[in-house]
Amino acid sequence: MAFVNDVRFTVDKRAILARLKKVLPPHLLLVEEEELRPYECDGLTAYRAMPLLVVLPETEAQVEAILRACFELKVPVVPRGAATGLSGGCMPHEDGVVLSLAKFKRILKVDPVSRTAVVQPGVRNLAVSEAAAPHDLYYAPDPSSQIACTIGGNVAENSGGVHCLKYGLTVHNVLKVRGFTIEGEAVEFGAEALDAAGLDLLALINGSEGLLAVITEVTVKLTPKPELAQVVLAYFDDVKKAGDAVASVIAAGIIPGGLEMMDKKATHAVEPYVKAGYDMDAEAVLLCESDGTPAEVAEEIERMKAVLEKSGATSLVVSQNEADRLRFWAGRKAAFPAVGRITPDYLCMDGTIPRKRLAEMLEAIADLSVKYGLRCANVFHAGDGNLHPLIMYDANQPGELERATGFGSEILELSVKLGGTITGEHGVGVEKVELMAAQFTPAEISAFHRLKAAFDARGLLNPGKGIPTLARCREYTQTRAGGINPAAVSPPRF
Amino acid sequence: MDAMLKEWIGRVHDAAEAGKSLRIRGGGSKDFYGQALRGDVLDTSAYRGIVTYEPTELVVVVRAGTPLAELEAELFKKGQCLPFEPPHYGPQATVGGMVAAGLSGPRRAAVGAVRDYVLGVKMIDGKGELLSFGGQVMKNVAGYDVPRLMAGSLGTLGLIAEVALKVLPLPVAGMTLRFAMGETEALEKLNAWGGKPLPIAASAWHDGALTIRLAGAVAAVRSARQSLGGEEVGDAGAFWQSVREQSHDFFSGQDPLWRVSVASVTPPLCQPGATLIEWGGALRWLRGDLDAPLLRALASSAGGHATLYRANDALKTAVGTFQPLSAPLHMIHRNLKQAFDPNGVFNVGRMYPDF
Repeated sequence: MAFVNDVRFTVDKRAILARLKKVLPPHLLLVEEEELRPYECDGLTAYRAMPLLVVLPETEAQVEAILRACFELKVPVVPRGAATGLSGGCMPHEDGVVLSLAKFKRILKVDPVSRTAVVQPGVRNLAVSEAAAPHDLYYAPDPSSQIACTIGGNVAENSGGVHCLKYGLTVHNVLKVRGFTIEGEAVEFGAEALDAAGLDLLALINGSEGLLAVITEVTVKLTPKPELAQVVLAYFDDVKKAGDAVASVIAAGIIPGGLEMMDKKATHAVEPYVKAGYDMDAEAVLLCESDGTPAEVAEEIERMKAVLEKSGATSLVVSQNEADRLRFWAGRKAAFPAVGRITPDYLCMDGTIPRKRLAEMLEAIADLSVKYGLRCANVFHAGDGNLHPLIMYDANQPGELERATGFGSEILELSVKLGGTITGEHGVGVEKVELMAAQFTPAEISAFHRLKAAFDARGLLNPGKGIPTLARCREYTQTRAGGINPAAVSPPRF
Repeated sequence: MDAMLKEWIGRVHDAAEAGKSLRIRGGGSKDFYGQALRGDVLDTSAYRGIVTYEPTELVVVVRAGTPLAELEAELFKKGQCLPFEPPHYGPQATVGGMVAAGLSGPRRAAVGAVRDYVLGVKMIDGKGELLSFGGQVMKNVAGYDVPRLMAGSLGTLGLIAEVALKVLPLPVAGMTLRFAMGETEALEKLNAWGGKPLPIAASAWHDGALTIRLAGAVAAVRSARQSLGGEEVGDAGAFWQSVREQSHDFFSGQDPLWRVSVASVTPPLCQPGATLIEWGGALRWLRGDLDAPLLRALASSAGGHATLYRANDALKTAVGTFQPLSAPLHMIHRNLKQAFDPNGVFNVGRMYPDF
């Protein structure tokens, strides 16, 4: 599907090419169509655009030179990591340069004493944990794409994972980011200390979707590996009961290492693929993990079992060893590709809602599934209310993608109505840029634009993404029948 | 819109028109913090009360003028808390002031800072617009993280009206241990323990004694106690309270107080005067008339910064409360001030003299 970027630039391609040739050797500058083609999309393959050029710098000096050239000639720049993102955040701009950080893939330092690692942005998430493993440390955020996604992208998207209820998102696990402004000025956000002087700019960089600065180095916190982790599988004959059980676990004062939920459609997609041993008759399954010392885990697992039983679980299975535990999780972590096997295409939603509205949301999704005539499997980070409904469709059937998009938009609009957000961890990108108007007023959108201008006055970094233009907001509110007026949303909204 | 918010918006408009600045004030318990105060007081203390509190959601929505003590008492009734243990510095401390000051207490190194618990904010910007950012859910990446930016912004970007805060259950069990040891050894121990899965919630070293607090599951505290050794300290609540609220003897007297934030592995700073160390080595409190440029250079080379935390106005003006920023960062700060408060209405000069 074409994404019409409404922020356009008049770029002299020959001029920028000439400038870049001066600062980059030929093999780091891609110009020909067949070289550019692989960069036309990210993990959200439904949306594509061809860039003007792709640059693959190897040094900070090259990054600086590229940015200075683009700034001077007013050429948009789209930073890119492994492009595993699911919201089109690094989809190219037709008038711009894609700045790939793929060659920044060195782990510069792993320091077991300070429990930090200094890595370049192109280092894979899992590689950080692997490098820290000899010291019994790991990097806590674990997005499902961790085998491929890179730290730079994780920072840009403020990625989560299945353990963020207890261990936090990327923003909680990053101490310092080094990078460059669009003017080519070197900047450091955060510090090796636990805070930095002045405003907390690190808070803005995390989750900024490449709109504020280009990241060239990241200092992350490493966390001691728990001695033991055990997971309880709790099956339910009713998704509503499973949703309520989640609230009950939290109410009991338990913060599980992970608390995930899958509905029957999801387990049915996963089981033949992974053979995790899930009960295929259950309407929903919860994965509830405890970690810590063996005595601590034993104590917590007993508390979890008691709450889950009381909440109406039809059966409970506790992992007896690490192989069990990994098998139970493998099903959950492979949910997306597993669904990919049973449908030609799918769209993954990413709304977050207050936990207590889970059951309500599930019922609404079931109704929407009928309304749009499309199947939907539900995979949730239940502990933090982050939902990943997977809407299945076939792009080759005329109109199906549009129906899937409409289905998705209604889920996200409902997320906002229920007091939540349109995106918990995948980012706005191009996919949800319009829907920002369902969550924010024009005054708030304008404030975001001014904030961006504080970093990037010419609006050259990843333009048209993340924050909609006011024209796009107006269009959205006018065209959405029964569109949401944010001011009318009942719960106190932030 | 609430009448009080309307009144505040009116005051922002008036100040902008008259070219005057406003000084946002909750209880005034942190008036000492930051550069010298300027502008007419805008008192937020009457805009108070808990808007919603749902223990199962781990979220509380509070008006800015709510006394911090009142909020903590409500949370305690449900077995929950603000785990970062914000300092009050007086019974009049408010929730809005807590967020604006961005200060965290003894458990910070273990559980995160104020900013990690601010999920949403409703604020009035310098043009008098009422804006909402963030939300009431823990995972939310729609738009820039303005709520987190507001934590520690010292009111320079806007007037906080309401905040949504993440809360956590109180630890099930706790225990405090004390070890006689010097500063170097204490720092080594703290960093070594930090690399192990131990339930260390807080630490404080001063005058030859390292005190640590364990918090967590009963079994975890028990096994940590066995592996760590040390002397068990009975009734340690008062001690931790004195560190959190700076009522400990170390903080008494008129000597300037420096807050030096550094990488936890930084060796002793070897400055004249007394030292108290918190946060596993990452926070060093120093007393005395220290050489500010030298101390700041030292902090900077240790990956951090030095703040003149408590001192008279003359000294604050002479050396600046906060560590100077690099030129590009300073420019971004000025631009952000311009973005949120173009007329210079809020807390002008409270953080850095020029904005």
